[in-house]
Amino acid sequence: MPDGSFSHPQQRQFNPYSDNGGTILAIAGADFTVIAGDTRQSEGYSIQTRYAPKVFRLTDRAVLAVNGFAADGNMFVKKVKQRLEWYRHAHAKDMPLRAIARLIQTMLYAQRFFPYYVYNILGGIEEDGSGAVYSFDPVGSYEREACRAAGAAQSLVQPFLDNQIYFKNQAAAPNQSHPAHLPLPDVLSIVIDSFTSATERHIEVGDGLEIYVVLAKGRSAQGLEGARGIQELSTKSDGDRVFVIRRELKKD
Amino acid sequence: MTSIGTGYDLSASTYSPDGRIFQVEYANKAVENSGTAIGLRVKDGVVLAVEKLIHSKLLVPEANRRIQTVDRHVGLVSAGLLADGRNLANRSRDEASGYKDTYRQPIPLKFLADRLGMYVQTYTLYSSVRPFGCSTILGACDKTGPTLYIIEPSGVAYGYHGAAVGKGRQLAKTELEKIKLSELTMREAVMEAARIIHLVHDDQKEKDFELEITWVGEETKGVHLPVPKDLLEEASRRAKAALEEEIES
Amino acid sequence: MDHFPTNWGRPRNDAYDAYNTYPLHQRPSNAPTHDKFADAVQRTQQPIVTGTSVLAIMYKDGIMMAADNLASYGSLARFKSIQRLHAVGSNTVLGASGDMSDFQHIQSLLDALVTEEFTHQDANTLGPAEIHEYLARVMYARRSKMNPLWNALLVGGFKDGKRFLAYVDLLGVTYTAPSLATGYGAHIAIPLLRQAVDGRQDTLTEEEARKLLHDCMRVLFYRDARSLDKYQVATVTDAGVDISDTIKIDTTWDFAEGIRGYGAQTQ
Repeated sequence: MPDGSFSHPQQRQFNPYSDNGGTILAIAGADFTVIAGDTRQSEGYSIQTRYAPKVFRLTDRAVLAVNGFAADGNMFVKKVKQRLEWYRHAHAKDMPLRAIARLIQTMLYAQRFFPYYVYNILGGIEEDGSGAVYSFDPVGSYEREACRAAGAAQSLVQPFLDNQIYFKNQAAAPNQSHPAHLPLPDVLSIVIDSFTSATERHIEVGDGLEIYVVLAKGRSAQGLEGARGIQELSTKSDGDRVFVIRRELKKD
Repeated sequence: MTSIGTGYDLSASTYSPDGRIFQVEYANKAVENSGTAIGLRVKDGVVLAVEKLIHSKLLVPEANRRIQTVDRHVGLVSAGLLADGRNLANRSRDEASGYKDTYRQPIPLKFLADRLGMYVQTYTLYSSVRPFGCSTILGACDKTGPTLYIIEPSGVAYGYHGAAVGKGRQLAKTELEKIKLSELTMREAVMEAARIIHLVHDDQKEKDFELEITWVGEETKGVHLPVPKDLLEEASRRAKAALEEEIES
Repeated sequence: MDHFPTNWGRPRNDAYDAYNTYPLHQRPSNAPTHDKFADAVQRTQQPIVTGTSVLAIMYKDGIMMAADNLASYGSLARFKSIQRLHAVGSNTVLGASGDMSDFQHIQSLLDALVTEEFTHQDANTLGPAEIHEYLARVMYARRSKMNPLWNALLVGGFKDGKRFLAYVDLLGVTYTAPSLATGYGAHIAIPLLRQAVDGRQDTLTEEEARKLLHDCMRVLFYRDARSLDKYQVATVTDAGVDISDTIKIDTTWDFAEGIRGYGAQTQ
């Protein structure tokens, strides 16, 4: 109506969701996986905090990155960790990666009509020793991939990964083929480049970077030793191993 | 026990021909076998004390406290079946928090004792249950000042200046009656409480005991707390000295 | 045994689901009750009486928090001596913005929680981390029922030599940082606080912290139309919680005389 009133009854509804920005990505190698995320948490144009982790170690061979609505993300990780603990109590071993992936689908789909507003990327080592990445949509649809980016800067990072990991739009040299997997130092460089670029071009990305590296059992830590800001998180040294590398990103 | 064999003592839902409920009286017997607990309502607060009999040397000293806290301002100690006492304490906590949910203020002990009395009384009505085997002393500092109640297995809840339940209650009551309770401070009351507990304890017949004392009043800013260790030790020392003096004279 | 005295002495119905045929939550006795008034149930759709920003920072000896004394009714400055800082136990302080009745509800929840912990008399007390975790659970649970507690809360504390400062709001969103602010303060005060605090938490003195918050409260009073020039400051240190008396903000308005170009003045 011209006077500012409404001809129909209006309902304002409480919106239970928010978007807390940030970006995550994961890349699988032949016998390792790298899972990374920035640590900025924001709402709109405000930075809420410069350090809120989005990547979590679940077991010695599984790492979960969660991006989207932070409250749902934290609650979801809490519940996944709880289910994995119950599994340990029941079976006296850690849940295999592909089982965790299916568990996450089930848990997400259980909330189909009031979804966890989060994009999950699960990375780690399969029981056959290969590096694996599983990516999910908020209601549980998932697939195993070689690499995936998600979150605020997905549209900036994924094309870069498509080109650098899947060699899209790149022609191999005559009589040669593209490698199926890249070595760890190359992957780490790609991850760091992805985040520095995303930080430059997206306001919701920045502050800090946490790169988790999962190595298959028996693989040497070659390519990791001497990395700046590295820390081992594994509980055992003779199985699959988890490391985290913490780096700064630009804070503007 | 004239009641035994008459059949009137089998159920709490049956009176005897002379109007008694034997199950309730038996419950009182359970109380009489227990270590003595006392409460002193004095000028500026309430002091609770109990003779905690140590039935095994394997128990951790000072663990398994007998005086319980119901709300910030309410303490509870019971003599008799201790598990029954704990049930009653849990019920008291529910009542106290329920009262606060409704009225947004701490429950006055008068109301708590009344509600607890009602609860205990329901256990005297049915054949399917047994009455509470404990007498319970409740002490608090509420908006009316220091208050002290006893709840008996029958469900009666009376207010007192001085309270004593358990094995040594007769002697304890005699001692309490000699004291001008309304003129005492809490500190003095702690000394008296320690003296009485030591006095009623029978070294010859009984196991070892631990003295447990709590207080609530001005000195604790209305919060029910155990008395500080040094005060408890001093009270204990003085109590023993007073006893020896008495024996010598 | 049946712990409800009102059921005693009545006949039991052994025929009824004696063999646990139904899962517990499906038993008719446990099924969700069908409230005839369900359609008319009112939920918090908007805050009514509100408090504005809360500010908090870490400093050398602990944490410091500030909130003004106003509770607004829309744009009306309705209550001008409301305390929005609340001590929880002896190691934690809670600061609330948003709906004041929801805040009062939260206060009673916490009071019950702390009292229950006290009655256990096991010498364990709830610290700021536990209080914050509890609040985060409550806030997230309520938003998930589409019935939020309409607040943005700051929880600060000091226990076992450790500082704690965290945020939680009506969506259940949480985070922690050396300087925090809710509401308008998140836009206006945060840049000032971050500049002065971040990276200097371990050296910032109480005096400096107090001055910083005072200056920020003044800026907020100048710029936030729902704020007041009276506020309180809480500190939590190893000496416990201290909530100050009301502090008055000194302001000058002389500059208004010199403003030209809009308003009543034409020249």
